[in-house]
Amino acid sequence: MALVASACSSSGSGSAVTVNWWHISTTDPAKTVFQSIADAYHTAHPNVTIKITILENEAFKTKLATELQAGNVPDLFQSWGGGIMAAQADAGMLKDITSDIASWKDTINPGALGIYAYKGKQYGVPWDMGMIGVWYNKALFKTAGISAPPATWDDFLADVGKLKTAGITPLAIAGKDMWPSMHLWTYLVLRIGGKAALDGMVQSKNWNTDACTKAGAEVVKLNALTPYQDGFEGATYDNEAALVGNAKAAMEVMGQWAPVVEAADSTSKTGIGADLGWFPFPTVTGGAGLATDGVGGGNGVAVGKNASPEAIDFLKFMMQTNNANAINAANIGLSPVLGTEATVTDANLKLVLAGRATATNMQLYLDQATSPAMGTAINEATIALFDGKSDPAKVCKAITDAAAAQ
Amino acid sequence: MSAISARSGVDARSRAKLRTVTLFLLPALVLYLLFVLFPVVQAAHYSVFKWNGLEPLDNFVGLKNYETAFNSDAFKTAVSNNLLIIVLSLAIQIPFSLSLALLLNRRFPGRAAFRLIFFVPYVLSEAITGVVFTLLLQPHALVDGSLQAAGLGGLVQHWLADTGIVMITMFVIITWKYFGFHMILLLAGLQGIPRELEEAALIDGAGRWQAFRYITLPLLGPTLRVSVFLSMIGSLQLFDMVWVMTGGGPLNASNTMAISMFKAGIKNQQMGYGSALAVIIFLFALVLALAYQRFVLRRDVEGALTVFNG
Repeated sequence: MALVASACSSSGSGSAVTVNWWHISTTDPAKTVFQSIADAYHTAHPNVTIKITILENEAFKTKLATELQAGNVPDLFQSWGGGIMAAQADAGMLKDITSDIASWKDTINPGALGIYAYKGKQYGVPWDMGMIGVWYNKALFKTAGISAPPATWDDFLADVGKLKTAGITPLAIAGKDMWPSMHLWTYLVLRIGGKAALDGMVQSKNWNTDACTKAGAEVVKLNALTPYQDGFEGATYDNEAALVGNAKAAMEVMGQWAPVVEAADSTSKTGIGADLGWFPFPTVTGGAGLATDGVGGGNGVAVGKNASPEAIDFLKFMMQTNNANAINAANIGLSPVLGTEATVTDANLKLVLAGRATATNMQLYLDQATSPAMGTAINEATIALFDGKSDPAKVCKAITDAAAAQ
Repeated sequence: MSAISARSGVDARSRAKLRTVTLFLLPALVLYLLFVLFPVVQAAHYSVFKWNGLEPLDNFVGLKNYETAFNSDAFKTAVSNNLLIIVLSLAIQIPFSLSLALLLNRRFPGRAAFRLIFFVPYVLSEAITGVVFTLLLQPHALVDGSLQAAGLGGLVQHWLADTGIVMITMFVIITWKYFGFHMILLLAGLQGIPRELEEAALIDGAGRWQAFRYITLPLLGPTLRVSVFLSMIGSLQLFDMVWVMTGGGPLNASNTMAISMFKAGIKNQQMGYGSALAVIIFLFALVLALAYQRFVLRRDVEGALTVFNG
């Protein structure tokens, strides 16, 4: 790093500029890919140095909060959009880049870009956008006598029953981390009530609705089948991923990063390989939601209020097709840059992309879309339901009460 | 010597003494003011606002944060969990450490090795302890496997996932970690008791238990009281280990006051509410410490703030 920095002093047009970029990809291949994108930009613009700071996810959130409070805003930093980004924008920490990106914003999937916009202004750019679906073990499904993935929720419950009969753990969730099961519940609300109703609940802060209680009732039906792994109440997401990666559980409801984490957490380090399949979350018969509605999110870069034009130019560089393809090729994410879908070769990720492409609505994960406090409240209320310690009406009331206290 | 000159002589000396004392205390005092007292005052200031850490500090809500805390089920569970750990520590952990200290006070081969082994858990950081025990207590992992192998499979529980058991599991691990420390403290106290007193009692016909109850225990009083005090304050601060193992869950069953504070302030970015919780913990600990000094440590702390005729 030092060698590169010294080799690129302010020789070239313009004065020396440093762009501070904070991201959370602590492991390869992402770490190396991002560094090479930064190096490539520096080679093309020798006067600009991209200074990368890598922090682990939770450490990043804490450090960023303290830095922002101190008034030191990094030029570019990891963002998931949604409520936290909105709070940062409201506090004046972010730069409005609507006009800066006007010339190249049409190269990006509009739904994905929209997640990094707030009150009509753009504050960041996504480099990864996917969708949550159900990852399953094809071999275990075959053992249980299931010929095809379930299309409806009733089929899903029936399949859970078949897996239980065959002695296989049907569904792995993570009680300690809470958010995996929260996504399942969000999908049920989305399928039963529709996107407009869900948006209404978030805006009006009233969750005591039909859709919420009915979704809870479906979770209770699922709980009755005891489909989760032993000790799920204390399991972490890594525990969940390891179960699926070691073929000890048949399914998990998870985002596009699932195969990578399953492999990393499995004993073989390769996961279940060709046995891994993906299907979109089942529809609920009689529900108001569309089969093509999705719950999803990804990763993006937010722009700090003091960012230089060079920082935004670097963003444009990162969003160029060749760099987007590099992100796809290394399986770091699913680039939302239009036209790059073809470079995704993994069969399952192609299915996720197909789901994303046809998604009529994309709901950002609820614990990102709302504020951190609301996110925690929703996580805690829903996990109580999955743990069998709450009921549908109580869950909706708890979320409404938390929203009222915000 | 006339009264006046005697007094001025005393005054000059005590002024010089005061100057020296102040000079030596100054660095520590400055650090204490900066890193302990000032943050407490700051926390009290933030606690009357509703603030997410980023927006301007202008949403004054008075005592509403405190009201929320006392009405919050999660916080009430946290307080009762801290109290539970205090009670269990006093009832089980201290007597256990005392028994071991008594045993290790006699001479026998390998005594030093035992002292070392029992003290080692104290040396580990709480976070590492948490990580190691999380792995050991997973379903079907080492603890469950050992129980099965010993034919005690019926005792297997969801150590960290069962809301009814998780706090007991925490207590067992805390005991594992700190019993050695209390044992060494009490051993030091025991070694300060002259052997002749016990021997004299035994010669006079007292039983072993009577000798312990009427000679050893009272003389061990000051050390015991310190041990209890440290145990109580440590229980109030319980955070690292529980956070690493369960994050306060499942369903807030293993919540502690420090975890509530951390979740509110850092995770949920509710700085005002988190500060209110911090102030509550501070007052709780302060009142407990002062009351303890006043009523229990009275004999041990002559001249302290809480002793009126000191």
